[in-house]
Formats: sequence, structure tokens, C-alpha cells
Amino acid sequence: MKRSLKNYFDKIKPQFRPGGKFQKFQSVFDGFDSFLFTPNTTSQRIGVHIHDNNDSKRTMIIVVLALIPALLFGMYNVGYQRYLSIGTPEPAFFDAFLYGLLAVLPKIVVAYVVGLGIEFISAQIRHHEIQEGFLVSGILIPMICPIETPVWMIAVATAFSVIFVKEVFGGTGMNIFNVALMTRAFLFFAYPSKMSGDSVFVASDSIFGLGSGQLVDSFTGATPLGQIATSGSLTPAVTGITGNELSLWDMFLGLIPGSIGETSTLFILLGGLILLFTGIASWRIMLSVFVGGFVMAFIANTFPSATYPGSAISPLEHICLGGFAFAAVFMATDPVTAAHTNIGKYIYGFLVGALAILIRIYNSGYPEGAMLAVLFGNAFAPLIDYCVIESNIRRRMRRAKR
Amino acid sequence: MALLNNKNKSVLFNPLSKNNPVIVQVLGICSALAVTAKLEPALVMGVSVTAVLAFANVIISLIRKTIPNSVRIIVQLVVVAALVIIVDQILKAYNYEVSKQLSVFIGLIITNCILMGRLEAFALGNKPWPSFLDGIGNGLGYTIILAIVATVREILGSGTLLGFKVIPQALYDAGYENNGLMILPPMALITVACIIWVHRSRNKDLQEKNN
Repeated sequence: MKRSLKNYFDKIKPQFRPGGKFQKFQSVFDGFDSFLFTPNTTSQRIGVHIHDNNDSKRTMIIVVLALIPALLFGMYNVGYQRYLSIGTPEPAFFDAFLYGLLAVLPKIVVAYVVGLGIEFISAQIRHHEIQEGFLVSGILIPMICPIETPVWMIAVATAFSVIFVKEVFGGTGMNIFNVALMTRAFLFFAYPSKMSGDSVFVASDSIFGLGSGQLVDSFTGATPLGQIATSGSLTPAVTGITGNELSLWDMFLGLIPGSIGETSTLFILLGGLILLFTGIASWRIMLSVFVGGFVMAFIANTFPSATYPGSAISPLEHICLGGFAFAAVFMATDPVTAAHTNIGKYIYGFLVGALAILIRIYNSGYPEGAMLAVLFGNAFAPLIDYCVIESNIRRRMRRAKR
Repeated sequence: MALLNNKNKSVLFNPLSKNNPVIVQVLGICSALAVTAKLEPALVMGVSVTAVLAFANVIISLIRKTIPNSVRIIVQLVVVAALVIIVDQILKAYNYEVSKQLSVFIGLIITNCILMGRLEAFALGNKPWPSFLDGIGNGLGYTIILAIVATVREILGSGTLLGFKVIPQALYDAGYENNGLMILPPMALITVACIIWVHRSRNKDLQEKNN
């Protein structure tokens, strides 16, 4: 099978080369060819670089693999929350998962079709190779949206983000801001009623007869962070959607309402381990984001105030709630938009983590600050790198003079 | 001298496209961002700037030989400020609602870079009639861009145009929602950028050489 596919690709290859029949679609052909088969060329053996054929498509695929645990759990959780809300506290595993799969799949398909479509078209126009950055963005985008976000909004936001955040800056690897997060930021500011509040984080319709029923009386769709932000007391009660008290373990496991992929800290950390083990994400950034968030939450928790109910929550709970862990593992570590120097990575990560909790607690308009914190960090990453490099140069100059 | 000979024609029409103050010289961006959430205030703003610019150009051009070079900026400011106050008072008297929406931005016409730019670059060295045409042309060039940006932003952001509903209710019933980001200033910037993008790709001679 594999051999025959390869033979077929080699046979039709000349038609896509200059002078061939389908010369215009060369980038599409190259895109598929190198997606399916590892290219047998590396960059030239000159200079100081390490050469292997682990190109960026292979890298992207590993990130996608690392996202799969959180995604599958997210799908199950979508179904679980739906069944919980209609009074089935112990749904069959398969029913819940199937419901979530059917609810999430359209979002993934739409994000990929729109994003890859624009990538393909712009690659054709500019005679570039098709770049693979969207392989990851396309799966990240649905995972950071609430389940009730309409697919047309995701399509609009994805198109906006791919064009104005990535393509106008020169394509994959040239963007200043994280593409997936800008998609979410666009949705957040353009359609706030579909991105925050009490009614978007739990699915509300039955799909093909699955999950049909009446909402139970005690139902409330608010996320834990939403409940905390509006509680206005020093002992905010954090409950699930049917009014049951949530323990730290519930928050860590993630059977709570929230954006599709962000709820389960456990499965996100599992993906994080894959990234760390394969060396794709920087452990410096990941670690310092968690440290930054923990320190900030600890400081706030030392001086709790009823005006800012988030400060009454313990640091560990803060790290398990909302999108903090997801942002730390998958968003802040984006190698394109993060800081590049080692010291810079610590500063960048700490800034992102501390800001996420700072916004979450002390800005009552935003119950969750991880998205804004990472985007803010993205904007500052080049400056951090510049300062680190300049101070390094100055130190060495001083040493040289002595 | 013909009132509209070739030179005067180019003075009047060049700023509409090839030498547009907003999208080619990138002047007056602040007000283009601030007042374009709705079409009506944007049009009023455009007309106000056109009027102030035309008359300031004429006045400066008339007294250009008597202005001492060292205090010319102050003289220009006095003229512009006087005209802006007149426009502001007229707006308050006849169109109070729009005047309230525009709030400080009418007063801030004084600091609009287009005004200073035209006074310095044109009115100080040309006769009153060409200066008047130059003011009208640049004002209209500014107004056109404001109108385009405001149209896009009002339709997508509020679903209306000049206050009338243009997006049918059926679309809202089908799940469509107004884009809240369009009301915020960042989208004005991006809309202006898109206009510049289209304009430059149509006018190849405006594109900078890529070294």
C-alpha cells in the first residue's frame, strides 16, 4: 500500500514541476508529498547546524498527538456535562463520548477547512510551499472555544486570524501572535455573548436524538471561575452544573464546565509530558508559567479581599481551574511567538503566568486571563529577547576589557 | 488664468487617490480611528475637516507674504483654531446629536496632521485659489476614506447604515450576530490597512522598491 502510493506520487511528480501540466499546483503537490512521506533531503551540510529530516511537519504532528488526550477527554466531558444537565448523573461512557464527538467534530472540520483553504490559496498566489503551521492551530482553535460557539463564528474568526495574524506577516514562523489564541481573542471581543457567561459552556441541544431531555431544576451553566468572579464573598462556593460542591480533585480531573479542551489539567499534563519527552516544548517556559501563576496566586491569597473574590481561592485551585494549564502547556510554549533566549524564556513564562492570575483576580471584567496574558507575553517576547542579548553582550564586553 | 487648468485640476483631484492624505501619506489616522464607528459622524467629521482645511488654506495663502517665518506655526494654529471653534459652534447649534457623538474630536481637528501638512506644504507657497482647491481636494480625500471605513464598520458592527437597518431580520433569526470588534478601534485600523492594501495593489507605482 505504502509502496504503491509512493510509486504513484513519484510517477505524477514531473507533471507538477515547471513545464508540467499542473505546474500551478506544485505547492499543493509538495504539501501532500511531504505530509505523507519524510522528505529524503536535508539542508546543505555547511555551517554549524544539526541536520536531520525531522522537518516541521513531523514536529507539528507530535504536537497534535500531544493534544489528543485532552481533546478526547474534552469530547467525553461535553457529553458528560450534557447528560448531567438533563438529569442523567451516570451516563453510559459511550453515549457521552459519542455526543461530545458529534458536537465537537463540526468545529474541528470547519477550522481545518477554512484555515487550510486560506493557507493553500495564499501559497498558490505567492508560489510558496504550503506551510504546516495550521495543522496544530486547526485543532487548537476548537479546543479553546466553548461548546456553544456557532461554527460560522469559528469560520469567520479562523479566516480573520489566518489572514491578518499569520499570512500578512509572511506565513508560518513569521507571526508575532499565536494564531489560535488570536482566533479566540477575535471571538471574545466580537461575539462576547457566545464566548463568556453562563449559557455557552454546556451543550444545550440534542444531536440525532442523543442527549435529549429537560434541564434539571438545579442546573446552572456557570464555570467555576465565573461563579468565583460573581460571588463577591471571601468564601466563594464552587459548584458543578447541578449544584454539587467541587473538590480540588474534580478541578484537576476536569469533569467541570469550560471550553472544550481546557478543563482537564490531568490530560493536559499528559500531553505536556509528550511534548517535554520529545523535546518539542521548552520546559523552561512551561515551568516558569506555572511558577509565575503559583506565586501570583499565593500573593493574592495572602491578602484576600471580598472585592476580588478570586483572591480567596488557593493557588493550586487557580492552576487547575480555567484555561491556565492549557495556556501554560500548549499556548505559551509555541516556539514561534515565545521568547527564544534561555533566560528570556524564564522571564517570558513568569510574566505570562503571573499576568494570567493577575487579570483573573483583579480585573472583574475578565474571569479568565490566560488568553490575554499569553497574547501580552507574545507582544513582549521580542523585547525580552533583545534585553537578554544586549545585557549578555555588555557583560562580555566588560569582561573583554578587563 | 482658467479656474480649472491642468495644474489646478491635479491639485484638486490628486489627493482623492494617488496622493490621498490618509492612505498614502498616512496622516490624520487618529480621527479616522475614533469617529468611524458610525457613518453619520464620520461624514460630518469629513465635511468639517474639509471646510476648515479649505478656509485655513485660503487665509494662510492670503497672508503668506506677511507672516514672519519664525512664528508661522503659531499663526497657522491661531487661524485653524478660530475656524475650528466656528465649526464647533455651528455643529452645536444645528446638529447637537452628532456634535455630542463627535465630542472632543471636532476640537481636535486643530491637531489633525493633514491641516498642518497642507498649510506648511502648500498654502505657504501658493496663491489663494489653488490653495482653496488643495484644501477641498485633501478634505474630500480624507472624507472618502472615512466614509468607506465607517460604512464597513457600521454595517458589520451595528447592522445599520446611517441609522437604518440594512441586515435583514431573517439573518439574525438564523443565528447571525453583529461583530462587536468592529465597533472597537482596532478594526478601524485593520479596515484602513485593507484599503491601503487594495489601493497599493491597484497602483503599482505606489509600491516601494524591495531591496
